[in-house]
Amino acid sequence: MLRQVEGSRAVAETVARCRPDVVAAYPISPQTHIVEALSDLVAEGRAGRCRFLMVESEFGAMSACIGASAAGGRAYTATASQGLLFMAEALPNASGLRLPIVMTVANRALGAPINIWNDHSDAMSQRDAGWIQLFAASNQEAVDLHVQAFAVAESLHVPVMVNMDGFVLTHAVEAIDVPDQEQVDALLPPFRPLHVLDPEHPVTIGAMVGPEAFTEVKYLEARRQLRALDVVGEVAERFHDVTGRRSGGLTSSYRLEDADVVLVGLGSLLGTAADVVDELRDQGMAVGLLGVSCFRPWPFEVRDTLARASRVVVLNRAVSVGAGTVLGGDVRLTLAGTPVVVHDVVSGLGGRPVTRDLLRRLLTDAAEGRLSDHELVFADLDESLAARALESELDHEEVGP
Amino acid sequence: MVTAAELLSVAAFAQGLAAQAIPSFGSERTGAPVVAFCRVAHRPIRSHDPITTPDAVIVQDPTMLQIPGILDGLRPGGLLLVNSARRPEDLGLTGTSARLVTVPASELSRSRLGRPVPNTVLLGALAGLTGIVSLSALQEAIRSRFSGDAGEHNAALAADGHRVAHETLAEGDSRAQAG
Repeated sequence: MLRQVEGSRAVAETVARCRPDVVAAYPISPQTHIVEALSDLVAEGRAGRCRFLMVESEFGAMSACIGASAAGGRAYTATASQGLLFMAEALPNASGLRLPIVMTVANRALGAPINIWNDHSDAMSQRDAGWIQLFAASNQEAVDLHVQAFAVAESLHVPVMVNMDGFVLTHAVEAIDVPDQEQVDALLPPFRPLHVLDPEHPVTIGAMVGPEAFTEVKYLEARRQLRALDVVGEVAERFHDVTGRRSGGLTSSYRLEDADVVLVGLGSLLGTAADVVDELRDQGMAVGLLGVSCFRPWPFEVRDTLARASRVVVLNRAVSVGAGTVLGGDVRLTLAGTPVVVHDVVSGLGGRPVTRDLLRRLLTDAAEGRLSDHELVFADLDESLAARALESELDHEEVGP
Repeated sequence: MVTAAELLSVAAFAQGLAAQAIPSFGSERTGAPVVAFCRVAHRPIRSHDPITTPDAVIVQDPTMLQIPGILDGLRPGGLLLVNSARRPEDLGLTGTSARLVTVPASELSRSRLGRPVPNTVLLGALAGLTGIVSLSALQEAIRSRFSGDAGEHNAALAADGHRVAHETLAEGDSRAQAG
């Protein structure tokens, strides 16, 4: 049933209906409303037998989830920004040990300088941690992806990160349909762990593996992660069968038919971009939109779709300093050997909004050949401010110890 | 402010409209300037960008009118609803082609609650001036958000704002007829 509700609240209710055994979390903006609501739901007895662990840090949160999952429980946590980095040591343990933990990341910029607002630098910094990474384009999708995340995670025994834009989605109040308990139960059978830590039947998990087998373990992990390319789509289909709603999957396409210029992006900017695509199509421009819902594993199948365009504008809300952007690099690799021109664009850092004007200008500039395709474009940079700061940096270059 | 945007969106949703409330967070402390946005539409809302060309701007603290650029994007003839006991022409706002309406929301709130909480008065006035939501939908949203006395007092405050808005509209009509 559709209700007008805050994104964070809707996500918390959905997670509770996924019947987690353990929620371990440490508060950090803009994730706080999610875990506060979950803590209330547990205290009110509306989350089954779930235990809520208020831990001392994000490292503690992920470690508690690892322990709970290894003991056979369904485990969930949520974080953002530096909180995710404080978990970084434990993230590859969760994936390496094949523990299907689900985590929400309420995407927020990484400091310094400290900034509480939305971009994707937190999630992208953990690109290689072995977690599946899904990105929600709307609050409805954020809710739906949490159910799908547990299903994908437990099917492959791989942890899943659900990314939703901090503040822009977490704090937005919109009409959202939280799947009901019967629907969630139909999609999520009780968790069947691979192995269980049990004092009665002692086993060791996470034992040291030396050079004689480490490569093979990593090879298997890489193979397993790629299997998610099938499973993510299958789970989205089952979700559609049960709820009647299309959510998730590897990618979303919008007006890609005969599109000459295609915008590639992820997260909540896709809704605004769809409006801009409609506007430009009305003016006769052949533009389209490809949304990446599954960022890791990377959906290489987009090659077939993107190769039909002449230009692809990749919009990333994170910089891979010294190289470009992660998303831009993935798209370039995907399109290697094709004549498609790729524009690598950074925008929307640290909460700067990705506006219709900006998207309109980017797509128009690309179509008219005015957008660089050989260097990283900072699309919403205040150039005079940056130039002044750069000049003063150069003036002071000689100063030092 | 954030609550006002949420209440408006809840009332609009109850009337079968699509609605979205997005707070814009700055310093998270009471008293700091805060902006919140609300979109209402007849079809699903996909965008999540901040509103840059509003049809209506509500200013809860008239000292905020001194901030440069605060009315940028408000279309000519758009509604500028200000919490003030002064008459619109006495606010000293020149160079705006907006339709300026003042409502003594803090005073009305103080008389009922003993505290200046202008939120629900201004929402009632917005409803009265634009018809974007009905007073009853707004009061229902208020009662579902605040229980007990707080809900009832704020529902009454919304009605106060609604009444003042209608008086303003009637005044405008009689002025138009006289002119």
